[in-house]
Amino acid sequence: MTRYTSATGADRREMLDAIGAASVEELFADVPESMRLRRPLDLPDGMAEQDVHDHLAALAARNRHCDAEVSFLGAGMYDHYVPAVVDAIAQRAEFLTPYTPYQPEVSQGTLQAMFEFQTAISELTALPVANASLYDGPSSVAAAAYMAKLETGRTRLVASRGVHPHSRATLATYGRGYGTTLEEVALDATGATPIEELASAVDGETAAVFLQQPNFLGTVEDLGPLVEASRAHGALVVCAVDPLTLGVLEPPGEFGVDIALGEGQPLGNRLDFGGPSFGFFAAQERFIRRMPGRIAGETVDVDGRRGFVLTLQTREQHIRREKATHNICTSQALNALAGVVYLSWLGRRGVVEIGELMLRRTAYTRERLGLEAINPGPVVREFAVRVPDLDALLERARAAGINPGYPLRRDYPEYGDGLLVAITERRTRADIDRLAEVAAAAREQVTA
Amino acid sequence: MADEGRPGATGGETYPDDIRYHPEHDWARVDGEEATFGVTWFAQDNLGEIVFFDPPGAGATVSSGQPYAEIESVKAVADVFAPLSGEIVAVNEALSDAPERINEDPYGEGWLVRVRLADPAELGSLLDVGAYRALLDSERGEA
Amino acid sequence: MSPAEPRTLTIFERSRDGRRAFAPPATDVPERAVEELLPAAAIRRTPPRLPEVSEPEIVRHYTNLSKRNFDLDTGFYPLGSCTMKHNPKVNERVAGLPGHARLHPLQDAPYARGALELMWRLERALAEIAGLPHVSLQPSAGSQGELAGLLLTRAYHEDRGETRTKVLTPDTAHGTNPASVTMAGYEVVKVGTARDGGVDLDDLRTKTAEDVACLMLTNPNTLGLFDTGIEEIARTVHEAGATLYYDGANLNAVMGISRPGDMGFDIVHFNLHKSFTQPHGGGGPGAGPIAVSDRIEPYLPVPRVVHVPSTNGAEPVYELRHEAPKSIGRLRGFQGNFGVFVRAYAYICSVGGDGLRDVSETAVLNANYLRARLAEAGVGELLPAAFDRACMHEFVLSGAPAKRELGIKTLDIAKRLLDHRVHPPTVYFPLLVDEALMIEPTETETRETLDAFAEAIRSILDEAREDPDIARNAPYDTPVRRLDETSASRRPVVREQHHPG
Repeated sequence: MTRYTSATGADRREMLDAIGAASVEELFADVPESMRLRRPLDLPDGMAEQDVHDHLAALAARNRHCDAEVSFLGAGMYDHYVPAVVDAIAQRAEFLTPYTPYQPEVSQGTLQAMFEFQTAISELTALPVANASLYDGPSSVAAAAYMAKLETGRTRLVASRGVHPHSRATLATYGRGYGTTLEEVALDATGATPIEELASAVDGETAAVFLQQPNFLGTVEDLGPLVEASRAHGALVVCAVDPLTLGVLEPPGEFGVDIALGEGQPLGNRLDFGGPSFGFFAAQERFIRRMPGRIAGETVDVDGRRGFVLTLQTREQHIRREKATHNICTSQALNALAGVVYLSWLGRRGVVEIGELMLRRTAYTRERLGLEAINPGPVVREFAVRVPDLDALLERARAAGINPGYPLRRDYPEYGDGLLVAITERRTRADIDRLAEVAAAAREQVTA
Repeated sequence: MADEGRPGATGGETYPDDIRYHPEHDWARVDGEEATFGVTWFAQDNLGEIVFFDPPGAGATVSSGQPYAEIESVKAVADVFAPLSGEIVAVNEALSDAPERINEDPYGEGWLVRVRLADPAELGSLLDVGAYRALLDSERGEA
Repeated sequence: MSPAEPRTLTIFERSRDGRRAFAPPATDVPERAVEELLPAAAIRRTPPRLPEVSEPEIVRHYTNLSKRNFDLDTGFYPLGSCTMKHNPKVNERVAGLPGHARLHPLQDAPYARGALELMWRLERALAEIAGLPHVSLQPSAGSQGELAGLLLTRAYHEDRGETRTKVLTPDTAHGTNPASVTMAGYEVVKVGTARDGGVDLDDLRTKTAEDVACLMLTNPNTLGLFDTGIEEIARTVHEAGATLYYDGANLNAVMGISRPGDMGFDIVHFNLHKSFTQPHGGGGPGAGPIAVSDRIEPYLPVPRVVHVPSTNGAEPVYELRHEAPKSIGRLRGFQGNFGVFVRAYAYICSVGGDGLRDVSETAVLNANYLRARLAEAGVGELLPAAFDRACMHEFVLSGAPAKRELGIKTLDIAKRLLDHRVHPPTVYFPLLVDEALMIEPTETETRETLDAFAEAIRSILDEAREDPDIARNAPYDTPVRRLDETSASRRPVVREQHHPG
């Protein structure tokens, strides 16, 4: 008996009597002999709770986490402060332990939180309809491509290389299934998406064009002309956005994009070595019955009281099956809840303040480092620089307890000496100055 | 896992004798070179409260016996089949705001599309009201 | 749960201009104007209308909302196919350790050894449970595991120069199966169910041709029955050169007893939020790792965890490999839902190899016991088992006689259960059972809880004999009563429209 099961020896005997079986073994009579495991599983025996804790704590202790160094790592997930109120709410059993709200009479907490989340995402993106979450940013990009393919009947996708490399890789993977091809448009000498090249890559066979604001290098793209060039031949325009920059950056809805989506981790979610977080997905009104994922809607009960339900479910796999708008079932409800609690905490002014703070600290850091910029134009939250001896800097910084950022060489061979430096509200001027000193020392070492 | 919506048919079960029926529970009312299509009382009753009709655009062609659109209730989706072949000349725009008209008046205000017929001779393949009622009786007998 | 109350307000409606919960950190760098740092066209003109509320208001709002939920920590949740078993508390504690929760996904391998080792250990444990040698933890949920499996199938066939276009799914399959098939670019071919509840072998043989890429199967299936024809099914599918995919939604019945790999499956997905205790969170997060056979291994998603065992006393090395020439690529960002891996691994450590077998045995015992209790006179004739065989971890009843005799539908029984402080079973699935009730008690429930549920069902039926309207109008004692889903679908309102500002 494990500590999570309660059936005693007496229970088992009496339950078997009630069933009319002589043994538990008999209940498995349908399993053919040849398919039975005739030995114990080759796994360690169960452990006491304290031993489980200590074993996992020992593993955790071998990871250098964001409190154990000064980290300028970003590239899609960021070291933001998660307020205590988010943990307090998201750890409540009433939110943590229920299933998907298929019985709305006893799921109003989850359903209303979904509705509030959708509202917050609509407000951030300036688009009228949002779903209640998808798995993460990159898989949301792939969901948009599937929607665009079904909507347009076309199979060609065009993406700026400013779109996150994981998103482009995910598009390629999914595309092998639903039959789309992907063409990438290289960034220009300023690390921005070139409008003319993008325009010439888009044609009458293009189902969707993918942009990202700010782009992977942190460049603030000139979204207006890019969106205009993208839609010339009837393709859907999809823009990935960083939700925490939307207090200062004009939202994608104002530029007329069809779909805005992105990675929700900056909104009150843990880093968790990459997940779980959530993807968000917002679109123009006309796509409401084509959207992937769950959507909560407002209604009334038989007594006229306000309530919320899962709505437009005919889009989903459990009803439309092979014709569903997506195969998603379990999504990221708890992470989206953390997202809306976080946005309530931040509030209307806070989202602007945190955006401005990141904007100013990004500018300060870039100037303070004094390295050659890959994207010298406007940037927010992240920027890329060339580091003559990148490995020397990485080594020296590591020794000083600093993680200086993400080397671009794996994803962008064209920036072999590139380093992507990320800024959040947690990176103080003192942290930034330390990074600058280490960078300067590394440079001197190379020169010497 | 989902649960089931409530049935929502209103009005009594009727099958007019001035229209022709397709075995997939669709009807056609022919008027010269054009015809109006819709679904039968039985079809709307089976589906329950209808929440959405997704019509093809004007100018689309439809083929006899082939699905040309979908209608949805809260927790079901059904294909709508063309009783006859032709080109769509009009769709019932009022249904986008009030899909419940399909439940309330399936042969009148709940019509779906108007079609310019490609081959009026196809009419002979459809059922008259007597044959359609016999079909319903046999389907209900099986269930 | 709190009793009914007046009109509930959203957090947006509670907003008042000037309130706040967030105090920004001091600006310690030059306060340059936004206009100096951004081009005019890129600057937001109207701030997003997020709520303006203080922290106490946030806490009260969401705490009160939470009380409008039914949850597993409060009561019995026998939702078929969902495996609503207890979520151990120590899992939350270890998942929250900073070394896990605050670890950046792009941290270099030498500084993320503990995380990579945990992933590798979880992979090995899942491989042993599945009876298949290779694992990718990357898929985000069961549905993405299915898609991964189908993309692997496609890569496998294409690598052999074969073009196959169809995938077989039983008519009892979860909706995700056919949806995944279409997304992977295949055509769905449905296979019928035989009288004993298993796959119709004749139908399977007829449909298994050279253009079939894969058969997706859940075993035990969604009727809670172990398919006794599994050997013949595996032979038929393999002889046609197709792959055999195991939907692991029902793995909780057979851990340590029978392994999908030993049944002949090539690809298996796990739902870590079902058998391995990740809390469901009101609809996620989950994780859907896959285990595969040798012939499928070259195509697994990247990145993959690589383990180099220690030699000469040196530390073993754990790394991520980003390149694999035949890989289908990546399905999402980073490495997967690591926080879910931590909880699943903690659970496996807690119960151990011996405990996993006990878990499945107890899950099956509990299901059969509850099935026996519900077959007793006064209940069984109104809610008979859809298939009268020993079940595995769940079973399906048909409410058709209750509907006929008492005039109450399965939906009404489900709604009336809410007044008994029990979450209803899954209803109206699988589709081939009329008025279906699909019940999965799980191993973590006591016999007393199962007895109380049986008594609740009995009392609902007894009550309906007297007055069926009680069930037809239920529930009464919930935060809201039956909701108008029709209006919500006809004229969808999906965001708060009338908030201040």
